[in-house]
Amino acid sequence: MNKLINWVDERLPIVDAWNKHLAKYYAPKNFNVWYFFGSLAMLVLVNQLVTGIWLTMSYNPSSEGAFASVEYIMRDVEWGWLLRYLHSTGASAFFVVVYLHMFRGLMYGSYQKPRELIWIFGMLIYLVLMAEAFMGYLLPWGQMSYWGAQVIVNLFGAIPVIGDDLSLWIRGDYLISGITLNRFFALHVVALPIVLLGLVVLHILALHEVGSNNPDGIDIKKNKDENGIPKDGIPFHPYYTVHDLLGVAVFFFVFFLVLFFFPEMGGLFLEKPNFEPANPLKTPNHIAPVWYFTPFYAMLRAVTVDLFGLDAKFWGVVVMGAAIAILFVLPWLDRSPVRSIRYKGWLSKIALAIFAVSFVILGYLGIVPATEGRTMVAQILTTFYFLYFILMPFYTRMEKTKPVPERVTG
Amino acid sequence: MKKLILGLFMTVLPALSLAAAPGVPLDTMEADHTNKASLQRGAATFMNYCAGCHSMEYARYKRVSDDLEIPAELFEENLIFTGAKIGELMEIGMDKDQAASWFGNAPPDLTLVSRVRGEDWLYSYFRAFYKDDSRPLGVNNAVFDNVGMPHVMVAQQGLCAVPPKIGTNPSVDPLSGNVRGTDICDDWAIEGSMEPGEFNQAMYDLTNFLSYMGDPVKVERERLGILVLIFVAVFFIFAYLLNREYWKDVH
Repeated sequence: MNKLINWVDERLPIVDAWNKHLAKYYAPKNFNVWYFFGSLAMLVLVNQLVTGIWLTMSYNPSSEGAFASVEYIMRDVEWGWLLRYLHSTGASAFFVVVYLHMFRGLMYGSYQKPRELIWIFGMLIYLVLMAEAFMGYLLPWGQMSYWGAQVIVNLFGAIPVIGDDLSLWIRGDYLISGITLNRFFALHVVALPIVLLGLVVLHILALHEVGSNNPDGIDIKKNKDENGIPKDGIPFHPYYTVHDLLGVAVFFFVFFLVLFFFPEMGGLFLEKPNFEPANPLKTPNHIAPVWYFTPFYAMLRAVTVDLFGLDAKFWGVVVMGAAIAILFVLPWLDRSPVRSIRYKGWLSKIALAIFAVSFVILGYLGIVPATEGRTMVAQILTTFYFLYFILMPFYTRMEKTKPVPERVTG
Repeated sequence: MKKLILGLFMTVLPALSLAAAPGVPLDTMEADHTNKASLQRGAATFMNYCAGCHSMEYARYKRVSDDLEIPAELFEENLIFTGAKIGELMEIGMDKDQAASWFGNAPPDLTLVSRVRGEDWLYSYFRAFYKDDSRPLGVNNAVFDNVGMPHVMVAQQGLCAVPPKIGTNPSVDPLSGNVRGTDICDDWAIEGSMEPGEFNQAMYDLTNFLSYMGDPVKVERERLGILVLIFVAVFFIFAYLLNREYWKDVH
């Protein structure tokens, strides 16, 4: 075995890579539960890739055969139901862990210098993940697949001058059709996964270059022992590999509980109208995107005024786009001298709490049908969402921060 | 921090409850896919009264025969009326275009209807037909207004002269799961061959069968789920011990 490793290592630096990224990658020893979600996201990604490959073996990407082939997978393919539920539950689980992972970044200032690039790669992953999920949702060719895609692609039509041609170009047809299904399938199973994997590699390479942040937001590399090893650092392997196994076990428990007992999650993970084949002539009473898009959908619907001669729908799209775009510049909005929420002032704490609560409630509002009262709530919460970012340069500088300790506090 | 988040939720929550459109009140039923006798009776009702117009084109006869423990020969002889082989999909002979011109809409495929409509809706709908001479087929439905389907089981249920009382009282005993013999109609225009309680039971069985058809793997899935969760729980114990052993030397 050692001979083989040596033989390969003389030709490819595998020992070096193993050490750099695992055995001698020194991670802060004070990671808390919030630090499980990165490795869990990786786990779910692998799940999506593997189950996705097997689903592709039995799926038929045509408007005539797609819906029936999904039911064929659910009924006739050996373990097909399990593969499909792993994939559909995995999609939602992916967003759950990614949202928690992002929230961790917000709490502990993981986006701050020198980790701006990690944050940006992460945001790109989030963006590609949304595209991946959106296109994947069309593939079962159910009613909600169809009308959800119709609504979202039509949003591009709200852009002045080029809008109609743009949405026509995306669909490849005048309405969502088999042509759209085929191109979404190609993007979903080939193009976007490649981009996603590439971005994940960049995300991790950039992380391992500068090192992991921690709940105290302390730079552990400032405090090294005589061997040049950070005093508060421990090798990722074996310490965090065995530690992450715990996270995996807890995650699997919840994941399988949902998968085996509530695969539809009361219509949140698999929406009821999607058990009916797509019908271009019959619009469902209530079209709602899957839960992970609903905060942004609520923001879109919250914009109800026409402005500068442009339709409210256009401004809704602008707000929705801006809500995601503003996350990219976050590293330059935070002017606080400290990273972690533990040492920031109460203004930052309240701002983050309001932001998180607003996001969750917007998610709820995006699921339920809009009423006048709800739209008003959505407008207020959308404002809160943006104020968190826009006011950040001010409140992070104004507030009094607590002194940061020299060493991590556990 | 946690208190703050909770507090904020509490202040905004009341705003969320602002009027959601109320649906039609429904009777409730609890499907039981382990009740093979009920599923078998439901399958018989479906094949005899529904399968003439409604396909189950995503499912195969063989699977139903296996899952419901109906011997294949018996199934072929008594429950397949189209001459199909038992391994085939449960399709029908009726032409969709013609059907659309007869009923307004072609009768929908019912493989997944329980997952679109839900069991409560189906159980209520089957029992909610009533006499309405303004409709082309002379009947309407209290759950599905202006329904295009005729009252297929009029000979069994009879025909109510007024909209039946659906969703007014629970018609399944929540404790025993038994269907209560409540009469939902005050005034019968036509008497049926079944007692109201008997008909409720027949419709419970039919709904149960449709529920099974929508999710045939449910029983097996939940059985496996228990085993998987037990495995993960045991795995957690070992992962915990392993983690504790390694982290002993981290101070």
